[in-house]
Amino acid sequence: MTFQMQNLARILQFSVPFSRSFHQCQPLNQIQLLTRLRVVDNSTIGKEAMLEGRPPKCIHVYNKTGIGTIGDKVLVAIKGQKKKAVIVGVKQKQAPLVPKFDSNNIVLIEDNGTPIGTRIHVPVPSILRKILKERSVAKQIDFTKLLSIATKFV
Amino acid sequence: MLRRAVLQTFRQGLAQSFFKRNAVSLSETTVTHQPIETSDEADEKSVSKQKPGDESGNTVVVAPPEFRFMYPEFLPDPAMERRNRLKEKLERIDMLQRRSVVEIPEFYTGSVMAVTVADANSPNKFARFVGICIQRGGSGLRAWFILRNVVDKQGVEILYEMYCPLIQKIEVLRLERRLDESLLYLRDALPEYSTFPLDMEPERRLNNSVVPINPLKVKLRPRPWLERWERQNLQGVEDLNLPQRFYDKAEKVAKPWEKYDLMLQYRKTIPAEEQEKIFADVHSQLQQQEFKRKIRRRRGTD
Repeated sequence: MTFQMQNLARILQFSVPFSRSFHQCQPLNQIQLLTRLRVVDNSTIGKEAMLEGRPPKCIHVYNKTGIGTIGDKVLVAIKGQKKKAVIVGVKQKQAPLVPKFDSNNIVLIEDNGTPIGTRIHVPVPSILRKILKERSVAKQIDFTKLLSIATKFV
Repeated sequence: MLRRAVLQTFRQGLAQSFFKRNAVSLSETTVTHQPIETSDEADEKSVSKQKPGDESGNTVVVAPPEFRFMYPEFLPDPAMERRNRLKEKLERIDMLQRRSVVEIPEFYTGSVMAVTVADANSPNKFARFVGICIQRGGSGLRAWFILRNVVDKQGVEILYEMYCPLIQKIEVLRLERRLDESLLYLRDALPEYSTFPLDMEPERRLNNSVVPINPLKVKLRPRPWLERWERQNLQGVEDLNLPQRFYDKAEKVAKPWEKYDLMLQYRKTIPAEEQEKIFADVHSQLQQQEFKRKIRRRRGTD
């Protein structure tokens, strides 16, 4: 587009004021379809995927809006398979007192909600404890087991 | 003339202005209780303390000029559309009330702090986080700051509202300033620059010392970055080592005339006369609180 406009300016022999900038907002960093995520538990499939440099991609967010936040269940494509996972840390700006992480972290879970790995090696937001009280059954995520494998809370 | 002197101090910026924190005698030397007739000492400081027009002859109390740096949240948002003097006055009363309950210490971006928050869901009902303050903002009761730390190789940032009733304790473990007002570039820096042990002890400082400026130059990770740091004139980063085209583009989009724009500066700040009024309003209470805390600390009942 700019090349054509520059040509046009040369042809018309006067300076055409053209703007090359798009309107930009601050990056929202939302977890949605095709977001690449980081597995933070010690499950074999998670570790292999992260080591070989092909992080899992989100292919569905179990949410009314397609945006996932801390405590939401997502479906990820990892090493050619579909697995469910829980989001335990987001890059998105959060409310006061809720921690924001430098990467979007997930923990892989089975269909019945139990986590596959046995330990989470990064800090986990303590707001998951509150979510545990409220929504564990509705989302089919076993938050008690999830919190029991967490090592550090932030 | 007063305005020019004040505008000059504004333009010098925080990095250049050193000031004393005379913790011992806050009640004596830094506060000047001056009767209207003798105001000769006022000319020493950058902001004149002459107060004409007080016919009743009462002593006029003026806060020391350091207050605008120590308590910046008392200054309201300068945007004219949102100024409401009554609301600001009520907010200041609430802020002082909160400060009488919880000590909110003086801190700057670059200080390492620990915040204890009431957390209903944790086994011990409190949650403590240690981090470096990378940014602070807001005004009035909404004043906030962001703490950053790298825990178990994971970068974590938490935004705290200073006057939130859930906050139990704010400790400043290391009081210092950096070369920049906002340290958001730490997100793109090597993790060692944002790592602070969670069990860090508060560092003791000499009483009469100036708040030090840490001249640390931080190394950034290789690109891609979250922001275009080469366009932001950062003092606290090492040489970015980018190809020349980045710096050329930065020059093209730069707005070098903004530093001469007086009206822009005026709209971004509260005028000196108003600042004086605001701090004169609050400083006696702040000093009383500080004094009481010092006594409690000396007695060991803190």
